Amino acid sequence: MIQGIPLYYFLIVATIMFFVGVYGFLTRKNLITMLMSIELILNSVNINFVAFNRFLYPDTLHGHFFTLFIIAVAASEAAVAIAIIINIYRKFTNIDVEKVSEMKY
Amino acid sequence: METNCFNYTYLIILIPFISFVILGLFGDYLKHKISGWLGTFSLFLVFILSYYTAYQYFFNVGKVEGVYQKFVGFNFVWLRFTESLHIDIGGLLDPISVMMLVVISTVSFMVHLYSIGYMHGERGFERYFSFLSLFSFSMLGLVLATNIFQMYIFWELVGVSSYLLIGFYYQRPSAVAASKKAFIVTRFADLGFLVGILILSITTGTFDYVTLTDPNGTAITQGSGIVFLGLSTLILVFMGGAGKSAMMPFHIWLPDAMEGPTPVSALIHAATMVVAGVYMVARLFPIFAISGTPGLEVVAYIGGITSLFAAIVACTQFDIKRVLAYSTLSQIGYMMLALGVSGYGGHEGLGFMASMFHLFTHAMFKALLFLGAGAIIHAVHSNYMYDMGGLRKYLPITHITFLIACLTIAGIPPLSGFFSKDEILVAAFHHNKFLFAVEYITAGLTAFYMFRLYYNVFWGKNVHYHHTPHEAPVTMTIPLIFLAIGSVFTGFIPFNKLVTSDGLPFEAHIEWGIAIPSILVGILGIIIATVLYKKETAIPDKIIGSIKIFHKWAYNKFYFDELYLFITQKIIFKRISEPVAWFDRHVVDGLQNWFAWLANTVSFNIRGFQSGQLQQYGWVFVSGALILVIIFSFYWYSINF
Repeated sequence: MIQGIPLYYFLIVATIMFFVGVYGFLTRKNLITMLMSIELILNSVNINFVAFNRFLYPDTLHGHFFTLFIIAVAASEAAVAIAIIINIYRKFTNIDVEKVSEMKY
Repeated sequence: METNCFNYTYLIILIPFISFVILGLFGDYLKHKISGWLGTFSLFLVFILSYYTAYQYFFNVGKVEGVYQKFVGFNFVWLRFTESLHIDIGGLLDPISVMMLVVISTVSFMVHLYSIGYMHGERGFERYFSFLSLFSFSMLGLVLATNIFQMYIFWELVGVSSYLLIGFYYQRPSAVAASKKAFIVTRFADLGFLVGILILSITTGTFDYVTLTDPNGTAITQGSGIVFLGLSTLILVFMGGAGKSAMMPFHIWLPDAMEGPTPVSALIHAATMVVAGVYMVARLFPIFAISGTPGLEVVAYIGGITSLFAAIVACTQFDIKRVLAYSTLSQIGYMMLALGVSGYGGHEGLGFMASMFHLFTHAMFKALLFLGAGAIIHAVHSNYMYDMGGLRKYLPITHITFLIACLTIAGIPPLSGFFSKDEILVAAFHHNKFLFAVEYITAGLTAFYMFRLYYNVFWGKNVHYHHTPHEAPVTMTIPLIFLAIGSVFTGFIPFNKLVTSDGLPFEAHIEWGIAIPSILVGILGIIIATVLYKKETAIPDKIIGSIKIFHKWAYNKFYFDELYLFITQKIIFKRISEPVAWFDRHVVDGLQNWFAWLANTVSFNIRGFQSGQLQQYGWVFVSGALILVIIFSFYWYSINF
């Protein structure tokens, strides 16, 4: 069944997801949305890993393991990021990224 | 040269050093009286040891087969750089160093004793005594030096202690200025000395005096001919001696050095430190005499000119200590001249012997004069002779001892000054008639200015004093009496048997053809002074009126200080230092400031990049990454297809 779907399809989906993520990261002002965009980027990478693993080295599982690692790291990253966002909210009473510019020159 | 029974001589250096350390560190906690007597007692020990050494050296073990040998009492390596380059500290005993031990320990002990009375109740009493001990330590180390570098180290140490003691009354700006002047002038002269030492030691490969001055060795001719900056080695070495001994043209510091306490002037600036230059030339005398370079001529002429110059200036001064300071200059000029007209060995070395003889007698009578002046100042509270007069009734002991010293320096037989001065005149007569004539004139002037001082202080007008001057306490009069006895009798010491250039005794006798005229010149000077100053008369003013310009020149010390100020301030500071300072401030500093300005401006202009807007950074990052991807894929494409 899966042989019927060519590699390109996976790559196209992943690319779309990636650029949607980049677009969201660069345009949304809400920190939570930006965090979600980053998750999109990470997941597009995950798709790439799994797809390449399946099509190029079907006998091994390295790509799968990488994916599992990325999911774990993404989870902890989300925890840290949300903690930061909560602290920012406490200090600035909003989470608009443009308002948080204390670190400029 | 073998080590021997003189190995205890390290104590001579060590005792004053320990006394310096104790007084310097714990002086505050000691009672004044104790710190004074501690310093004096340590010098008393040195005094005993020095006399014992002199007795042993001259009469028991010094002579081997009729020749006085050089002994190394103790010696250790202080700094070792390589096998051949090392600096030793040791004690060399030969006739001149043993003689200097006697001079220094005597005068220093007397001055310590005298200072207990003179400095009584002064602020910094224990500081004064610790500095005196430091000076005694350095001076004894200087004369005992086994090598030229040790001498240089102690040479600078006596310079420092002289600086500290001139500036003892540091609350007085004039004392501070005088101490700085003394230090800077002598330091400048020592530059020549150091260069001379380096040239000598590089060419001969040794610092050691015994090797360096061995008349049969190879070292004696090696180093002396080198010329550096137009001056030969020996002239450079002599430059240091001229600075320390205040010879022309480095004499300007000595009269100002009289700002220090009077006993200090007696010890450092009359009897011991200022003759270090003479001692140094005497120490290196074989090189000066045998190498055949014009060093000795320079020594002789500088000595002669300084002695005449200083005698003329001394006739016009009113500060009694300054008169004595110029008199010191004049007498050291005599010693230098005697060295300069001397040859090496036997009767040729008469000048050498005469110089050392005069050094010895001069130390006695000049210390006596200064200590007497201290007693006078102590009684009158003024340095100026127009504040004094008729003091003979109030200060009988000072009066008698001062008179003895004046007669001694005037060269009246049978006092010691006569004998030593006569030997110098004989040596000069056989070598250089011009310098001989200069010395005759100086001898007359010396008698004149000393008795001008004497009459102005002890006779002359009757001054009404606010409170009656009183004789000094017994700690001050004992040194006066002791030194007066020394001044009277040291002339009978047979120096021609003991202290000669090559260690061999020779026959010397008074040449009456030279001695009688010199006595007459001295008496003439005394008579003129008696006529002019014994009673207050108008004659001196008339004479001054008739030679007004010359008197003004002499009174202002021939404008040497002004000349120095002109050279340093108008020429060196203005023409050299100021442009260099400008260059430093504007070009060197300017370049650095320009770099700083550049970094500052550029960063200010590009700091907008750091906007703090996270998404702006994101844009830059993503577009940069995209551009890189495009570039690399294009590159990859062009390689592969």
